[in-house]
Amino acid sequence: MQSPTLPPTLTSRRRFLETGGVATLALASSPAIAEIAGQSSSSQSPSTESVRLTINGRQHALNLDPRTTLLDVLREHLALTGTKKGCDQGQCGACTVIVNGQRINSCLALAVMHAGDEITTIEGLVEDGDLHPMQAAFVRHDGLQCGYCTPGQICSAVAMLAEHKAGWPSYATADVATAPALTDAEIAERMSGNICRCSAYANIVAAIRDVAEGGRS
Amino acid sequence: MKPFRYERASGVAAACASAARPAAKFVAGGTNLVDLMKLQIETPAHLVDISALPLSDIEETAEGGLRIGALVTNSAAAADATVRSRYPLLSQAILAGASTQLRNKATTGGNLLQRTRCPYFYDTTKPCNKRVPGSGCAALGGINRMNAVLGVSDDCIAAHGSDMAVAMAALDARVETVLPDGATRTIPVDALYRPPGNTPHIETVLAPGELILSVLLPPPPPGRQVYRKVRDRASYAFALVSAAVIVASDNGLVSAARVAFGGISYKPWRSVEAEAALIGVTATRESFDAAGVAALRDARGYGYNDFKIPLARRTLRATLAVAAGIA
Repeated sequence: MQSPTLPPTLTSRRRFLETGGVATLALASSPAIAEIAGQSSSSQSPSTESVRLTINGRQHALNLDPRTTLLDVLREHLALTGTKKGCDQGQCGACTVIVNGQRINSCLALAVMHAGDEITTIEGLVEDGDLHPMQAAFVRHDGLQCGYCTPGQICSAVAMLAEHKAGWPSYATADVATAPALTDAEIAERMSGNICRCSAYANIVAAIRDVAEGGRS
Repeated sequence: MKPFRYERASGVAAACASAARPAAKFVAGGTNLVDLMKLQIETPAHLVDISALPLSDIEETAEGGLRIGALVTNSAAAADATVRSRYPLLSQAILAGASTQLRNKATTGGNLLQRTRCPYFYDTTKPCNKRVPGSGCAALGGINRMNAVLGVSDDCIAAHGSDMAVAMAALDARVETVLPDGATRTIPVDALYRPPGNTPHIETVLAPGELILSVLLPPPPPGRQVYRKVRDRASYAFALVSAAVIVASDNGLVSAARVAFGGISYKPWRSVEAEAALIGVTATRESFDAAGVAALRDARGYGYNDFKIPLARRTLRATLAVAAGIA
């Protein structure tokens, strides 16, 4: 499993870490060696699966216990801690990430089932060091209090606007055969998978509306 | 979560063969199964990932209906142009369930096969005949306000949580399946679920390794389609009661009716009694009340869920009124 191109310090550290299971993954995901690790074939134990995940445009080659959720891979193995663990059972939306353009709860996703998918987390929304327009709008409208749900809210809102643009109806849509206007009732219904226990909803809706209308307000 | 062997199915036949082994399960969206595995309520030894199988198409059938592949996500089904224009009931029902994040993962087949949300099924410190056969039912004398009032037994009063399936029952949908030996069969959605009786842990008529390939919708029946869901909050909650109705009228008389309920039984509850009570009557509040009485005649409350019986009657009346244009 050793890659000949790894520097000695890394190879020895790697050998050491391989016995430690989880920790291997954190190393394999380090930007400098993500590609190298991806090329090496793994001597996996029967209890692990090798999987390549594409997260924020970067490939990661991992050996995973198949029980590992996408959320735990992000937070515990790749140190992408922007994505939050709230309920861990699909009820709060704090773990929302965007997979192939669609928002999902990463807590209910087994990472091995997302090989080859394009995964975007809150960290991946920043472009060239600039906040994503949705991030900037949340700041401008004070769309948060404690902030714990915010990464999930923002990822959810970004994907939600794309769904609306594609003409998707919602339960708030009077006639599902039509493409509805994005009223506040539509925004609230479409964002109901993201709970904010500080109840910053009014400003969250304002932030989303601001981005939907394409400008500052 | 208990350890399991994970495998990606390379084809339908291989998937069925793998899933026919003891303690094997299919996984697609995983929104229900993974949750239950974390709680060790589901403990599969083999997990057969079918998510890459070619079952994600929606196509019109020769008889003018629609075939929805088992792996079509709930979001894709609800947003499909044909579903929205010809089966708005199904689109509304799907959109009434869960959140967009969950609907983006949840599949058509998986939604049908989701397990009950009975709180005692989820509470592993309590007896539950569905979770541990023979252990008893804590819901009978417990906080059972979310539980069923029709078609259940003294061994289990769990309700089915799907909204989608309620619309499918009203639309006379059928599931197409394939068995490990390659044989195929078609099962009405209404007949997919087994009454709990004294074996509530056996929830469907599907055989080990039998895979749902698609759901077949016949051409839509005449009439206006309306789905209404009553729940504890405005969005993202399971139904206390829901009603799927399709009503056609001719000169003020009901000429055709379909009625199905959610939240009140172990399955999406198609009410032939309500339908029979509606045919030929004048579309009025009183006649719709009578249909509700007929639908709930055999209902039984278990204490905290007694309210569901009058709530189901009133929900049906209100939904019929909207469909008939007298609301």
